[in-house]
Amino acid sequence: MIVMDETDISFFKDGLRLDGRKADQLRPVKIEVGVLARADGSCYIEMGGNKVIAAVYGPREVHPRHLQEVTRAIVRYRYNMASFSVEERKRPGPDRRSYELSKVSREALEPVILTSFFPRSVIDVFVEVLQADAGTRTAGINAAAVALADAGIPMKSMISSCAAGKVADTIVLDPMKEEDNFGQADLPIAMTPNGDITLMQMDGRLTPDEFHQAVEMAMVGARNIYELQRQALVKKYSQMTEPGREEARVQ
Amino acid sequence: MDRKVVVPGDLLSEEAKRSGEGTYVKDSRVYSLLYGLANFRDKISVIPLSGKYVPGVGDNVIGVVKDITFSNWIVDINSPYDGLLHISEFPKRIESDDMSKYLRIGSSIMTRVKDVDPTMKVELTLNDRKLGQIKAGQVIEINHTRVPRLIGKGGSMISMLKKEVNCNIFVGQNGRIWIHGSAEDTDLALRTITLIEKEAHTNGLTDRIVSFLKAEKRARS
Repeated sequence: MIVMDETDISFFKDGLRLDGRKADQLRPVKIEVGVLARADGSCYIEMGGNKVIAAVYGPREVHPRHLQEVTRAIVRYRYNMASFSVEERKRPGPDRRSYELSKVSREALEPVILTSFFPRSVIDVFVEVLQADAGTRTAGINAAAVALADAGIPMKSMISSCAAGKVADTIVLDPMKEEDNFGQADLPIAMTPNGDITLMQMDGRLTPDEFHQAVEMAMVGARNIYELQRQALVKKYSQMTEPGREEARVQ
Repeated sequence: MDRKVVVPGDLLSEEAKRSGEGTYVKDSRVYSLLYGLANFRDKISVIPLSGKYVPGVGDNVIGVVKDITFSNWIVDINSPYDGLLHISEFPKRIESDDMSKYLRIGSSIMTRVKDVDPTMKVELTLNDRKLGQIKAGQVIEINHTRVPRLIGKGGSMISMLKKEVNCNIFVGQNGRIWIHGSAEDTDLALRTITLIEKEAHTNGLTDRIVSFLKAEKRARS
């Protein structure tokens, strides 16, 4: 790990960030739908240096049985970081951080899922972080939302997620590792395309004005990501109808 | 026909009364619930591209017996919910002790959903001449969302197929299909059904299938 003093790092060069972005610019995003043959729905997403894969199974029978709800489906969300996803090896298995992220991510998606359509069943969402570069929870939620749609699960709308942060007294969109580690604040949100927020967390400090500016900026970012999620889903359909495409897939 | 790929939450119409299957109404506007194809007729409906089969009353399905209890056969119907076939729904009167003589674990049956209650208890029946145990032929599985296309409008596709390939075919709404005929005919039926499944969302499918079958038959003779 590179040890840096918070004071001697400069986050901006000629008005651009360390990776050449403007303050309100997202990192490049790549979304692929239906990457896993065994899952009912799946999605692979790259948001800058983050590489995340999401798989959805279900609705299916609940095991263990006592978790079952008679009137609706339950949603289980597992956020997990691969041991090789960060610079210093992450001890494998669930820890306090991943429990928390699983909970808030599940609560970010649950409001749009029509669980009452599938009583006594479970919708399982698995999110695996293969490579982390700040903002894995937002990448995970984005991938999970696409994977849920791909699995044919009824939802009131999509969910898109994006973070804003504060570095060197400037509000920036979608902070990367350096900005997240040595910055002053981080504020991830998740929302529906029409602006209903389903997740909001913050660490660090922001003045009320900065807070509003950051939320505004993150919402614009999430809307842009929504367009990319949409495009990825539409693209999957057009590939599906392309003749001769299906045979090329490995069984 | 006017069709469009939609994702959940897409606005489909401003008229609440046009809301059909796969849509929901909020503030008297119609939105999509699913990722799939929207059909704009009088009613707007969205056909999903994937998803699990949820049993509905009156559906014909193909199931596999996975357990036997005192008075029920528990049947896997390719769904999150198991089907229950009660002893009294067997066409013949049988004793509880003899249940496994008629349907064993692993037996395949063509059956019908008799009732589904709000907790998704699914009751099946065999009380119809068309229903019963599968003793010959083969069963294949396709995505259940493609079944309406295989049946066609008012059964047009499936009746054409049955006639052309000279096979007995039973289509389960759960995506399982039973085919019975000579080896050659079964093979052709199989290939045709795979083609229908693959090209389910293209226009003019029936015509294309008819010409496909014609070409296949010419190649054979």
